[in-house]
Amino acid sequence: MPLLEAKGLTRRFGGLIAVNDFNIELGEREMVALIGPNGAGKTTVFNLVSGFYQPSEGAITINGRDTRGMRPHQVTSLGVARTFQGIRLWGEMTVLDNIRVSQHYRAGYSLLDCFLRTKKYMIREKEIERVAWELLEAMELKEYALELPRNLSYGLQRRVEIARAMSLKPSLLLLDEPAAGLNSADVEGLIKLVRWIHDTFPVTIWMIEHQMKVVMSLCTRIKVVDFGATIADGTPEEIQNNPAVIKAYLGDDTI
Amino acid sequence: MQKHTFTISLFAGIFLLTVLAQFGVINQYLVSVIMLMGVNIILSTSLNLVNGYMGEFSCGHGGFMCVGAYVSSVVTVLCFSKNHILGAPLLPPSLALLAFPLALAAGAAVAAVAGLVVAIPSFKTRGDYLAIITLAANYIVISAIDNMEIIGGPRGFMGMNATVNGMEGLLDIPWMLLWVLSGTVFTVWLLRRFVSSTLGKGVPAIAQDEIAAEIMSVDTNRMKLIAFMLSSGLAGLAGGLFAHILGYVNPHSFDIMKSTEVMVMVYLGGMGSLSGATLSAILFTVLLEVLRPLEIWKWVVIPLLLILLMQFRPEGIMGNKELSDLFPKLKKYYSFK
Repeated sequence: MPLLEAKGLTRRFGGLIAVNDFNIELGEREMVALIGPNGAGKTTVFNLVSGFYQPSEGAITINGRDTRGMRPHQVTSLGVARTFQGIRLWGEMTVLDNIRVSQHYRAGYSLLDCFLRTKKYMIREKEIERVAWELLEAMELKEYALELPRNLSYGLQRRVEIARAMSLKPSLLLLDEPAAGLNSADVEGLIKLVRWIHDTFPVTIWMIEHQMKVVMSLCTRIKVVDFGATIADGTPEEIQNNPAVIKAYLGDDTI
Repeated sequence: MQKHTFTISLFAGIFLLTVLAQFGVINQYLVSVIMLMGVNIILSTSLNLVNGYMGEFSCGHGGFMCVGAYVSSVVTVLCFSKNHILGAPLLPPSLALLAFPLALAAGAAVAAVAGLVVAIPSFKTRGDYLAIITLAANYIVISAIDNMEIIGGPRGFMGMNATVNGMEGLLDIPWMLLWVLSGTVFTVWLLRRFVSSTLGKGVPAIAQDEIAAEIMSVDTNRMKLIAFMLSSGLAGLAGGLFAHILGYVNPHSFDIMKSTEVMVMVYLGGMGSLSGATLSAILFTVLLEVLRPLEIWKWVVIPLLLILLMQFRPEGIMGNKELSDLFPKLKKYYSFK
């Protein structure tokens, strides 16, 4: 059974067809890219998968569960985590708290437990805190745990956002342009980080990315979309030599 | 031992105040100012959950206070006073002490349910639009009570003194002062536990980025429900206490003017700070008393202070910091769970 299966996914906004008959199957521990020109509907696909939009047609199943009609937090608790094109950390909360709050779905205690500080509450909170510290340590963010994200550099904020997504213990991680706005040193760091995550955790990574360097060095499969429709699907080599992709997106040198 | 300094001095303080009031060392006027302070602390800390922590703009807090005030008053009057609805009181005055906290709880519970009027629209509505809904909720409550002749309508409702007298008949100590102080401590304790938990931190997450919160597994609708109902429920508790301090309620004591007063306290103290909301409630109550000689002119001076505050310190006295963030040494004297 594939981890994620999208069949005939279509999303219309009024008369505009943002995504048209999009199909994909992702298996466990794959690393796949979704590329295409601006406005091709890539982020809309992510928004559909993470439950932020409902599909106009088609269906998405995650681990065999149909996600239609689910709210985003319910989809997330099925094991889908994502980052955003623009960084969306909670800026007034410490890095540690950012990592704690994102474990909301497995807090596992009631409001009453919270008021009475029951044993269950204490155990769960300790566990949440332990997971957060471990993750910060593993992702080399420990020294920033008590800083506010807005005081960190852009590259570090990206790292925190990925750490926050990983605190959900996802089986599918969606990265929406993780290298956007990073300098070349940070991009190297990002490639290393994503590869490390992929080697360390049992997670499938699906990314939208414009920097071909990142895509080519990480992904084993690439899907190319334009105007909401899939124009190519294959290994990096196949994509690089696909005339339709070169015309629509990569561009050729013979101007 | 040192860790408990704060808790011990808090309870010692309550005890001392009660003793001083009992033996008339502090006069009735001071006692009533202290009780008003307590009510104001409950109001400002509970509104802070919505306006500060959740970043919404609720301007109908007075309405929920009104619900709590009327529900608990009707309960105690039916139980302990001669009234035109049931005639003779239902219970002997000796049960007043037992029934009073239950009446307060009933007021708070109904006020929490009334909070749904705002909580449910908040799933889809935010910001200015939700503020208008809270305003409407305030008006609905006031106008509904205005039109209920059976509980006095615009003339107000009274008879709550019988309950207070009943408690004093059992043991002659300043019961209302004790109840108000306990209610205040309870409120701050409850809110503090909520906002410091991972569950409760979902509330500021909504304020700072609602989309990220929902995507990062925070059930935003549930959090909004909890925040609005907790906030309005505690306002109801404040209302119940207020009604029994005065022994008389009138729907127009809870109109938009009251809601504004509470908002002033929240913005004066600092959004998202419990100690700020507590300090500002104390300060504001004192200010109102100090400016009493100005009579109605104080409502010219106080809004002027608000303008100056917004100009020179828009984040309020404390910003979103707690006292212990500003003075880390304080942490030695308490251990809050």
